Amino acid sequence: MARTRFVPDSGLTLRMTAVMFMLGALFVALVVGLMYKFSSYAAIIGVIGIGVAFFQWWYSDKAAMRAMRAREVSPEEAPELHGMIDRLCAMADMAKPRVAIADTDLPNAFATGRSPNRSVVCVTTGILRTLTAEELEGVLAHELSHVAHRDVLVMTVASSAGIVAGMVTRFAQFGGLGLGRSRNNNNSGGGIGFFAVLLISLVVYAFSFVLLRLLSRYRELCADRSGAYLTQKPSALASALTKISGEMNAIPERDLRAAKPMNAFFIAPAVRGLTLGTLTATHPPLQQRLDQLARIAASLGQAR
Amino acid sequence: MGLWDALRGQSKPSQPNLDQLFALPGAALTLEAAMGLSPTGAGAVCFRAAEGQASVTTQQEASALVGVDGGPATESRVDEYGYTWLTVRTAPEDTSALVTDLHAVNSALETQGFGPGLLCSTIGFRDVDQTSSYLVYLYKKGSFYPFCPTGSSTRNTLKERQIRDAVGADLPIEPDTTRWMPIWGIQDR
Repeated sequence: MARTRFVPDSGLTLRMTAVMFMLGALFVALVVGLMYKFSSYAAIIGVIGIGVAFFQWWYSDKAAMRAMRAREVSPEEAPELHGMIDRLCAMADMAKPRVAIADTDLPNAFATGRSPNRSVVCVTTGILRTLTAEELEGVLAHELSHVAHRDVLVMTVASSAGIVAGMVTRFAQFGGLGLGRSRNNNNSGGGIGFFAVLLISLVVYAFSFVLLRLLSRYRELCADRSGAYLTQKPSALASALTKISGEMNAIPERDLRAAKPMNAFFIAPAVRGLTLGTLTATHPPLQQRLDQLARIAASLGQAR
Repeated sequence: MGLWDALRGQSKPSQPNLDQLFALPGAALTLEAAMGLSPTGAGAVCFRAAEGQASVTTQQEASALVGVDGGPATESRVDEYGYTWLTVRTAPEDTSALVTDLHAVNSALETQGFGPGLLCSTIGFRDVDQTSSYLVYLYKKGSFYPFCPTGSSTRNTLKERQIRDAVGADLPIEPDTTRWMPIWGIQDR
């Protein structure tokens, strides 16, 4: 029987499952809360909200590529990059995603796409300049893990409660719900019902925002783990992370602004970036990531 | 990977499938008869050496295992992508001895828990006009594919397909040709 050096982190799984469960519970609470007062309109809003989430997920690759002005590169154009990804995919036994390069100084990389077969891994010219080959490989393995874990899908589903809650708030602003109230002939406490719905959706939105960020940080830790086990060189990823975080603080203001529309574009972070997180807290703190990589290095280096 | 693994985000590193390697000697005979490709007697195991002392010790043990009782010496080199190639050279006509040696290296790595780091294994063939062809074994898929480089970054796709058709009955050939990754610079090995 082959021995494995892989040590599963059950604590991380437990925390992540708890967060996902709470997000699911929030969604149910929102639906029940809406159905209670505005049965027919709530259903329509819910369907629209889920439709928005679906489109975000379905067109995640195209939208992200356009927002980052990335272009797909062929094996002839970027042989080293393709060679690295070829080998990593062969080791992980996964389909090879498309490869794209975005022309920006921001040292960043992301993976997106609706399924592992329709994914794009994109790196910026900034990261290609900053990192050594070994470090770049660590980053690519991290992004490939996002693809394998279907993180775009997971995060989109997780964000659907927040999207629907956000839409209810928006509808309430435009008086859409007021219309529903009169149609329903709900005379008793209609005004109170309206504020109750607004309150519910705002609370759901706030909670789901915080939970989503938490879930996102856990997913990053998971991708770090799997990426490190894939390349068997946790120290390369660690040095890449350290380098990128340092670089992010030294980057010119112009580039940070230029990248902002990208962040705002996705209600759910459909783009799994490596670096912007230190600013927006969709990513765990560097120290936590390095600690985890050190533990993996220990498990790989142990003599048996 | 299943839904549960994706949800947990903790995919286990995939383990190699070593069993199919022993189908190689039969395929080598077929290739010689059908296409005039004779084995060169050289084969290599390509893997990602993990960081840390355990990996170094395992590699030394694997080399020693192959070289025991006057067995062939192994050469080790790290390529430009950071993968380690352990090359074994035996007598050209004895493909089964070569496969046994390659398998010994694999097992040594696998029993020490470095199975997930195994990338591929190659054995070389030579045409009458001395052009090289290779059969590449993908550990994670448990399948083979032919690789015929014609230059630093060009390959003879037609010949690869001919080889596929010739040995299709002897070997499990990788049906998805997008997985037939090029290994440029394999000639130097």
